[in-house]
Amino acid sequence: MSLPLRIPTPARLGYSFNWTGRIGLAIILFWAVIAFIGPWLAPYPPGEMVDWDYFGGMSGQYWMGTDYLGRDILSRVLMGARYTVGIALASVVLACAGGVLLGMIAGVVGGWFDTLLSRLLDAFNGIPSLLFGLVVVAAVGSSIPVLIATLAAIYLPGSYRFARALAVNVNTMDFVTVARARGEGFFYLILREIFPNILGPVLADLGLRFVFIVLVLSGLSFLGIGVQPPHADWGALVRENIEGLSLGAPAVVFPSIAIASLTISVNLFIDNLPTRIRDRSE
Amino acid sequence: MTEALVCVRDLRIGAVTDSGRRVQIIKGVSFDIAPGEIVALIGESGSGKTTIALSLMGHTRSGCAITGGTIRLGRHDVTGMREGSRAALRGTEVSYVPQSAAAAFNPSKRIMDQVVEITEIHRLMPRAEAEAKARDLFRALALPNPDTIGARYPHQVSGGQLQRLSAAMALIGDPSLVIFDEPTTALDVTTQIEVLRAFRAVMDKSAMAGVYVSHDLAVVAQIADRIIVLKGGEIQEEGTTEQILNAPTHPYTRQLLDAFEPVPHVPASSPGGTILEVRGLCAGYGAVRDGEPAAKILDDVSFKLERGRNLGVIGESGSGKSTLARAIAGILPAYRGKVRFDGQDLHPDLAHRSKDQLRRAQIVFQLADTALNPAQSVGAILARPLTFYRGMKGAARERRVIELLDMVHLPAALRHRLPSELSGGQKQRVNLARALAAEPELILCDEITSALDTVVAAAILDLLKELQRELHLSYMFISHDLSTVEAICDEVLVMLKGKVVEALPAAGMREATHPYSRLLISSIPQLDTGWLKGLEQDPELMAQFIRR
Repeated sequence: MSLPLRIPTPARLGYSFNWTGRIGLAIILFWAVIAFIGPWLAPYPPGEMVDWDYFGGMSGQYWMGTDYLGRDILSRVLMGARYTVGIALASVVLACAGGVLLGMIAGVVGGWFDTLLSRLLDAFNGIPSLLFGLVVVAAVGSSIPVLIATLAAIYLPGSYRFARALAVNVNTMDFVTVARARGEGFFYLILREIFPNILGPVLADLGLRFVFIVLVLSGLSFLGIGVQPPHADWGALVRENIEGLSLGAPAVVFPSIAIASLTISVNLFIDNLPTRIRDRSE
Repeated sequence: MTEALVCVRDLRIGAVTDSGRRVQIIKGVSFDIAPGEIVALIGESGSGKTTIALSLMGHTRSGCAITGGTIRLGRHDVTGMREGSRAALRGTEVSYVPQSAAAAFNPSKRIMDQVVEITEIHRLMPRAEAEAKARDLFRALALPNPDTIGARYPHQVSGGQLQRLSAAMALIGDPSLVIFDEPTTALDVTTQIEVLRAFRAVMDKSAMAGVYVSHDLAVVAQIADRIIVLKGGEIQEEGTTEQILNAPTHPYTRQLLDAFEPVPHVPASSPGGTILEVRGLCAGYGAVRDGEPAAKILDDVSFKLERGRNLGVIGESGSGKSTLARAIAGILPAYRGKVRFDGQDLHPDLAHRSKDQLRRAQIVFQLADTALNPAQSVGAILARPLTFYRGMKGAARERRVIELLDMVHLPAALRHRLPSELSGGQKQRVNLARALAAEPELILCDEITSALDTVVAAAILDLLKELQRELHLSYMFISHDLSTVEAICDEVLVMLKGKVVEALPAAGMREATHPYSRLLISSIPQLDTGWLKGLEQDPELMAQFIRR
């Protein structure tokens, strides 16, 4: 076969997105870039009071107005992107990777291992997420790695349950039996036979979990155990400026828009993944 | 001649595929059905037989639409109606008996409530009257305990009974046309006979017309007055049952009939020693206690298979045929008994067998849809056993994959496709090629032709024989279809409830001596319109062996 001189674009590999998916991806990429370069773009230091007036309106000087202490909202939103996107992304990847791996192992091994792990994680799932976060942070102290680990731990059992249910279904399919009869090893079964067939739903679950993590992170920040002042993630920005709503201040609106745009675009992206990833079985 | 009850003229049904392409499924079909007549629509999967049958109710499956032509039912113009008036027609003028009765019943409602539902929806008669009528229908359909069976739930009756109950559901509104959509395909042969008899009796007594959709000519021969042969959405041939069976004019019809002719199997070569010997094999499912599983399936199975010969295993669903294949392959470890392969004892659990032992005996499953990983390309599926057993890589492996595809008569370019992009027959060939990739000596075939159309299945059988001649293989061939077994096997085991009741030479199956083998073999429908009427089975024998 001759090697055609073609650049392997996603479309040519059969991984083309529709427009809704592309818009979602564009917004996610936008926020990801902001998370990286936000601090250099910010016109003012995010923690500094730059205006004597609190809850100031939009102006040429302060594009998104000022908050309850007279700090520049634009700078704080740009800076918050780093916390919200970074922490949520890291936790969701940890939670899903761990959950899916354990879920597939339990689904394939079955027996007492499955029962033990499932009951253990079910019990863990019973602890209210905010309460658990509160206890952990109170005990260990708040830092970004602790936050990421806590959030990942909170969402791991759900991801495990989901992946295990999917893996159990795929595990009974004949092609897995054929691979087993061939004498394939355990990890080949999990990674090559089962994982590609549960990837679509797992990604959809990841999108959903990402949104939940953004919300719990905001909750923790509100309780004062999330991202520590003077820094703030978007959730904390909404909470600390909520009184400004009655004054018509834009301080609360822009962080909300940021959260909405991120969470909606994640779902747009996940729901419109290329059919080749999403519906492999069809 | 009386006026036709159903009149279909130039019917066209189109669909839009996922990629937005328009396809025509039914390409201008015209036919009539006289009152009281039973017309069979016959064809392979994808021929449009169910689509046409559903369109007689004015219904199309989602994504499809009637794009042209007219359907007249009695004095109603089905195609010109609004959906609301069609709904009034369904159940009273035309009704439907689905393929899977188990899926058609709501498992959480009593049978009687579901059978009389049509009379309630259309306000046909008071409840007491409807129930009395349902009981009459149960009696006419030869159901046991007709007075009390309505109080049961669907899971409390057998599959054959449920299928007859779903016919009762369709008949209660006194429709002028009943559509049977492959109602016996999912049933065992011995059960099929009872259901067919019941349908026949009810249809003979009433003046209802019927449409019987099936892919099985032998079944259709028992029940239909006229047969319409379909392929690719077009009528190939139309004629009375006698004419189609005895004097077909269209080549496709002849091809369908030819697939029924059992071709006596000639052993490929002289036997060369025992390749597989099974002695006292016992296997089962469930929690193991005292070395025995809770649900014992196989009970003391023993047989011998010579190298280069083929062994058929027949029996009804639940007889343990598939379990036997799984126990031999070690997927389900046997708890007692021995499997000897080429003079070597095999460990019951495949995890303890050597790679070479695993390589030499391969298993091929019934449903190629689930046996091929939908996420891997055909090339990757075939390459894996090559890498795994032979350590092949790169260009050499690619060459071998192409060779394998060629062996099963598939084009080399197919290796870049995903299984979902193949037809049923192609998938089964890939499935077979994967087993061949291991260069086995024995292939365990678990109903590999059962899910395929007659003509495609015949081609797969030819392929198996050809491969046997070239590669000196032995097959263990599990099937519920006797003509398939007759076509490829040298010896046959008849299984019942996990036991081998009789071992016969394939050529002498009609001379079986065990009563169950005789019952099973006599239950296979014949291509003869008088077969069902002439069939006499000992009712005591039936009661003894068939779970009703």
